[in-house]
Formats: sequence, structure tokens, C-alpha cells
Amino acid sequence: MTDITTEKARIGAPSAQPFINGFTEEGENLSPVNTGTNTSTTSEQPSAGPLAGASAKSHSHGGGVGVPDSSRAGRLTSYKVADFKPLNGLEEDWRFTPLKRLRGLHTEVLNGVAPAVSVTAPAGVVVETVGRDDKRIGQAAIPEDRVSANAWENFAEATVVTIPAELQAEGEVTVLVTGTLESPAAQHIVIVAERFSKAVVVLDHQGTAVLSQNVEILVEDGAELTVVSLQEWADNAVHASAQQAKIGRDAKLKHIVVSLGGDLVRITPSTRFTAPGADVEMFGLYFADAGQHLEQRLFVDHAVANCKSRVLYKGALQGRNAHTVWVGDVLIRKEAEGTDTYEANRNLVLTDGARADSVPNLEIETGLIEGAGHASATGRFDDEHLFYLMARGIPEKVARRLVVRGFLNEIIQQIKVPAIEDRLTAAVERELAATDN
Amino acid sequence: MSTLEIKDLHVSIETEQGTKEILKGVSLTIRTGETHAIMGPNGSGKSTLASTIAGHPRYNVTSGTITLDGEDVLAMSVDQRARAGVFLAMQYPVEVPGVTMTNFLRTAKTAIDGEAPALRTWTKDVKAAMQQLRIDADFAQRNVNEGFSGGEKKRVEILQLELFKPKFAILDETDSGLDVDALKVVSEGVNRAHAEGNMGTLLITHYTRILRYIKPEFVHVFVDGKVVEEGGPELADRLEEEGYDRYAPGAGVAVAPAVQA
Repeated sequence: MTDITTEKARIGAPSAQPFINGFTEEGENLSPVNTGTNTSTTSEQPSAGPLAGASAKSHSHGGGVGVPDSSRAGRLTSYKVADFKPLNGLEEDWRFTPLKRLRGLHTEVLNGVAPAVSVTAPAGVVVETVGRDDKRIGQAAIPEDRVSANAWENFAEATVVTIPAELQAEGEVTVLVTGTLESPAAQHIVIVAERFSKAVVVLDHQGTAVLSQNVEILVEDGAELTVVSLQEWADNAVHASAQQAKIGRDAKLKHIVVSLGGDLVRITPSTRFTAPGADVEMFGLYFADAGQHLEQRLFVDHAVANCKSRVLYKGALQGRNAHTVWVGDVLIRKEAEGTDTYEANRNLVLTDGARADSVPNLEIETGLIEGAGHASATGRFDDEHLFYLMARGIPEKVARRLVVRGFLNEIIQQIKVPAIEDRLTAAVERELAATDN
Repeated sequence: MSTLEIKDLHVSIETEQGTKEILKGVSLTIRTGETHAIMGPNGSGKSTLASTIAGHPRYNVTSGTITLDGEDVLAMSVDQRARAGVFLAMQYPVEVPGVTMTNFLRTAKTAIDGEAPALRTWTKDVKAAMQQLRIDADFAQRNVNEGFSGGEKKRVEILQLELFKPKFAILDETDSGLDVDALKVVSEGVNRAHAEGNMGTLLITHYTRILRYIKPEFVHVFVDGKVVEEGGPELADRLEEEGYDRYAPGAGVAVAPAVQA
């Protein structure tokens, strides 16, 4: 924890003035780390977990200070909302987000009633509801943006799901999050996969809400965890979810984000390697209809040697002002020799008037790696696919649906929970049926 | 009895250098039960003819007609042509990620027949056809052409030919890239489909090798976007011995007169 304080004091140093809300003396280029965050007292921070310090430290060092947006390593992290400058929409990590539609997640105190959480879990899995002072909170995450910090400051209680050491959970853990209210709320969920355990955890978001959420995922040594986050919100929901994972030695995490519903959904998954031999797969599927904003910004932090990461996000868009954003930050630090990473994003634009932003960022600080690659493609249908299917008598409309289904199935197939796969296939069918109107 | 009739077909494509004419007046008539081979060197326009009949958007028909039993094929969309009974076995079948073979075959069969095939007989038919073409049973669960070898892709094209039962099959260099065993398997498939007696076949090939297994009644030699010589199976034998060299410019063969009908 001392490290955080020191770091903050140093970052805050250039600007000695007290922080004034909404005021920037250096213009719009001023970055959050230079705004003279008053050196917050660490004693007030909710986290007491010994690992929180390590987690924070591991990504507050690096050369980003002064030019913070140039490297993901330099991004400000803090448990205090006041440490983050109020948002004006010009920030690198908010430039695609329509702030007005956040409905106060970045400005209000998030004291609304949080969506109800109900957990069904196979035998052996431990589910608890705990207070803010629980020692497991803060082990895997530290907020990386204002909205996440706002949730951290305001959540009332946390749901902790623990897969005990060496447990091979039979069937999936389902964390059903059902929202009914629209006052801005905060939520905190912690998933701990202890050593050599194996489990699938599904976060299932339904109903409506204005919610900022932090999900901490701790994958201990040798554990194998799949986390599926489903956003099947009603049309008016607003949801920001920071899902930060910390990966132990030889551990495996498969993280799958599926965003279909909601007015504005912004998922920011981060995975941090803390020991060698670990393997992370991150998948995403999103289908934006007219007016929907579905954003996903992920971060893979190769901070240690010999880890592997694979990222594939696929999105479909249809209708006027359907907007999707994918930003993939992959950082290979100097220490991370032997890293093997590849990230890709594919978007399929089905109608005029939709917009897909796709930004793969790969930072490489060492040449001693196995491989590093990134790819992004946004296109309309591949004419050759269409021709092949039509040349078999399949009408254009049916062929398009077949291809979209196929395009997105690649992600659905990764879930490997039959009930969820069926449900998502049906959901995609409903989306496709909407195209025909 | 059906007739596919191509009359004085001119086809061009758009290239970076501008419009390029590829087919320069092709006429050809194929009837049910007949097998025609179109042979010719690379770049002679053989594949363009195949793709044009199927309706690939890259190819612009500038003049001429294609009719199927008098119906204007050129006025039909790609899928309408397929439903009218034209089948193109492609030279380079594309991979369609995420769409399983099973799903694809059933969807196509339903579209072509206008009704879903009876599930029990259909599954049996697919299985039997796959077996005859020596396609592994687990291909049914794989995505269309995804990760298939060149030979596997071609077998899957012929699988479709056998299942969809078109009036006219156009085989665009189906033999290219096949080893002898695969060539036999594929040829047997075409012969089976042909033996049912309701299909005309247009076999496009660069080599004469496949003609040992599939016997055409008519052979057309294509050079520079035109048919330069026509004849029976004996013409193929001659090509086997002499190659295409004698059709090269200045080779001294009277080229043009033999052509137009």
C-alpha cells in the first residue's frame, strides 16, 4: 500500500494546486494523472488485501508518467473516485462513449439499490455475501477509470463466489443479476478459483438497471476457470462493468463477454499475469441494434514471462446509429520474455447507418517473445460467402442469416455450456429476425 | 429433357487497367444426358464461362444469351439459377466459418426443392452419399469447407451435386489438384449422378486425365475466349498427345472458321 501512496504523490507532484472540480488549467490535453490529485489518504481505502498492493504496483510502474495515454502501463489506477478527473468525453478511454447516456454513473453518488443477485452453484462451491471490509475485496482489482472507482466507493455489499482448492465443480455456477430500478447503483462481485480448482461461472445480467459494477476474478495457481458475462438487459439499461482478473502460475482463464441488450453497455475486462505458465483466452460477442452502444475495452497485461493469451471478439451491427467499440490493449512488458499473444476483432456490418470502431493496441517492450500479433477487420458480408451459398439455391436473405449465425457461432461454441449456448443461439435468431423488418 | 443454350456470349470484367473482354462470342448447347468437355489452356476463359452461367457478380455479360428450356438465365439471380437446376462445382470452394455442413446441406436442399426434405430419408441419403465419396462421417459436423484439404473440398462439391440433383452440372476444374484415387472417387460420383439420366454435364478441365473416367460425347477447345475446335472424344485423345501448342498464335492451325454455329 505504501507503494501506491508514493506513486501517487509522485504523479501528483507537477501540479501543486488543489484539485478543482471540472477545472483544467492546462486545457484538454491534460491527462488524468497530471490533474494534481490531492494525495488521498490511503487509510480510507477500502482495500486491505495484501495482494491489492502488488496488483496496483504492478501496473503503476512503467514509463507512462507525463505521457500517460501513450502507454497502457501509465494509466492511473485508484480506489478513490476523486483521484479521477471528471469526464469530458475527450479522454482516450472515454472518447467513444456517449457520456450523456451514462445516466450519472460518472457523476452521481451511486447509492441506488443494486440489482438483486441470486446464485445457484454446484456442490462444494461457496457463495457468500460480505461487507466492504472483507479481506478478499481488492485482491484482484483496482479501478482504472472514474466509473469503476465510483462503484468501488459506493457498493454496499459484495457477493463472493469461491471454488475451493482442487474442486472440480460439476455444472456451472450461475450468478443471476436482475435489475428492476433505474437509480444509479454500484455492485461488487468477487470470484475466487482456488488452487487447482476447475469451474464455469456465468454472470447473467437481466432486467433493467443503471449500474456500475466491479468484478474481481482471482485465478490461483493451476486453477482453470471460465467466466461468461452475459448482458441481456432490457432496452433502457446502462451498464459499466470492470472485470479484472489476476492469473496465477500455470492457471487458465477463459473469459467470454456477450452483450446483446441494453442502451449503453461498456465492459472493460483486464487480465494480469502474475506468474509464468498461465494461459488466457478472451472471447466476446456483441450484436448492436439501432441506437445501441456496446463497448468493450480489454487489457491483457503480460507482466511476467512465458504466458499465453488469445483474444477474439466478434460483433454484428444493424440499424441506424448502432455503435460498437472494441479496444484491445495488449502490453508485453520487458520482463515478459517468451510471451505468446494474438488478438483479433471482427465486425460484420449488416445495414447502413451503423458504426463499428475497432482499435487493437499492441505494446511490446521486449523482443524475446514467442509471438505477438493483432488483427482487426470490419466489413460487410463477404461476397464470396454469399455467392457460394446462393449458388446452392439459398436466397440472399437466408444466406445472410446463415452467415451471421455462422459468424457469431464461432464465439458461442466456445462457451461449452449447452443451456447457455442454446439460449444465445435463440437470442441471435431474435436479433436476426429483427433485421427482416 | 432440358436444354441449356448459350448463344454468342460476350463477357467482360473490370480490372485496374479498365474493362477486359474475356469471352468473345461463345455458343454451346447442352441437353439432358449429354456430357460436354471444355478444354483449354490457362487464361482461355473456361472458368469465366462457368462462373457466368452461375451468375457470379464479377462477370458482366455484354451481349449474348443463356437460356434454360427457353427461360432467360441471365435475368435470374444466383439463387434462382440454382433453383432452376444449374449447379456449379467450384474450382475454389470457399470456407464458410460457423455454418456446419449438415445445416448447410439441409438449408440448400430445402431451398432447391421448395420444401424441407423428409428428415429420416435425408439423413440416410447424406450418409450414404458421403460414404460413397469416402468423406469421413464427422465432416457433417464440421463447418462448410473449413480446414478441408483441396481434395476434400472437391469431394464435398460432388456430394452436393449428388444430393441436389441439378438439371445441369458445371464442373469447374474439379479434377485440379486431385491425386489419382481422389480423381476416381470424384469421377464415380459424377458418373452416378449422370447415370440417373436427368442431368447434362459441362466438364471444364485443363487436363485430359479426368476424361479417362468421365466420357464426354462432345469436346470443345477453348482458346482466348472462344471455342476454336469442336469434336467428339477423339479430339480429347489428340489433345492428350499434342497439347494446346498447336492452338498458339502462329502455330498454323486454321482456328477461327471451325467455331461459330
